[in-house]
Amino acid sequence: MKEKIEKRLDGRKQNELREMDAKVGVVKRADGSAMFRIGKTQAIAAVYGPRALHPTFMRDPEKGILRCNYNMISFSTGERVRPGPSRRSKEISLVTENALSPVLDLKEFPNTVIDVFIELIQADAGTRCAGITAAAMALADAGLIMKDLVSAVSVGKVGKNIVVDLDKEEEDFEDGATDIPIAMTPRDGKITLLQMDGEISKEELLKAIELGKEACLKIYELQKKALKEKYI
Amino acid sequence: MTLLINEKTIVVPGEEIAEGMDYLPAQGTYRQNDKIISAQLGLVNVNGRLIRIIPLTGRYIPKAGDTVIGKVVNISFNGWIIDVGYAYEANLSLKEGTTDFVERNEDLTKYYDFGDIVVVKIINVSRSKFIDLTTKEPGLRKLNGGRIIQVTPSKVPRIIGKQGSMITMVKDATNCRITVGQNGRVWIQGENTDNEIKAVEAIRMIDEKAHIEGLTEEIKKFLGAESDKSQKIGEEDEIN
Repeated sequence: MKEKIEKRLDGRKQNELREMDAKVGVVKRADGSAMFRIGKTQAIAAVYGPRALHPTFMRDPEKGILRCNYNMISFSTGERVRPGPSRRSKEISLVTENALSPVLDLKEFPNTVIDVFIELIQADAGTRCAGITAAAMALADAGLIMKDLVSAVSVGKVGKNIVVDLDKEEEDFEDGATDIPIAMTPRDGKITLLQMDGEISKEELLKAIELGKEACLKIYELQKKALKEKYI
Repeated sequence: MTLLINEKTIVVPGEEIAEGMDYLPAQGTYRQNDKIISAQLGLVNVNGRLIRIIPLTGRYIPKAGDTVIGKVVNISFNGWIIDVGYAYEANLSLKEGTTDFVERNEDLTKYYDFGDIVVVKIINVSRSKFIDLTTKEPGLRKLNGGRIIQVTPSKVPRIIGKQGSMITMVKDATNCRITVGQNGRVWIQGENTDNEIKAVEAIRMIDEKAHIEGLTEEIKKFLGAESDKSQKIGEEDEIN
């Protein structure tokens, strides 16, 4: 039996993503780069490296390290974002690193660093997911050895509905909204990022993750297409 | 047992290339259960039972035996420090740099000075990527004049071609002296600037279209058309 579904604020279906767009090779001077847009959220990722790592105490003689930098550009939202690192951006940089490093193999590059810069030029919720999706494409474009790509999407509960890909309007829904960013490796469906802001029951969480996995596969298809399109 | 993706198609990391134990994973691929999966963006290459990925992008990774073009960035007490385009610099020791007897505290700049461009060969890369170089082989020398361009290192084999066919074609058509380093640096010296520019354009074209089939013909046409055009202009001049 179909549950009663309240209509979403922008009229999308529960499992419907916003309109997406992806392009690889957008930053000429970088070793690898990609743009990913989902709805009004747009992220640009640039990869540099392997290159010399400073400060030297961070060097690992066994393998290279991954260093991510997430940044929201000051004009990316309605309210001006104060430039420079913040508590929030530091946390997101860290979870991005953790979401991407399981697929990367950096044993070939001891004592070096792979720098990933993620810039959000426009933000409308789901920025860390857009950033991770763009960064995964940029890493592949940089020719690094990766077990798999990483696709990310946010799922959540808006009012009583379990939905995928919340926009800012839904995230700020007055009757309460739960936001759950998910990143996963599309091939074996392993989750590399799972965060939550809000309240949700166990059953609903499991259902939300299932929806998120399906949505990630759709994003994966787009990532694949964008990477191949550069060489046609 | 079967190839799931044809040879020479572009794959992204995480795509299944073959199934069954008949094939073996080589560079840029790995095995998971009975499947061979790509781990790099590139073209699928099947050589007998081996499946590997020919990468389309990426920085230079030094390996022993490579001839590269480097720049002298520093001079230490026992040799030269040379940038070969990797994250860390390479070391050309005094013993490998010259056959002369060198006095203690002698000025090493008379052999190779700061900023000199050299063709060197990598003799050893240690596990932690310390690179040792040599100049004691034919063809290894200091480069004077000419110009250097940077191309994608993974496309160097395509620029050189089978037994040097591609690069010989460019050399013959443009009358340029060309040295291609495995690190993607190409040194070009011609009789005049026009010839040099033509060679640069041809090499850039190979770099851009390395994954396309029938590239040799296209380059031949490009080089031929260019020379035809200049001939035509010459003829017209004569008529006038």
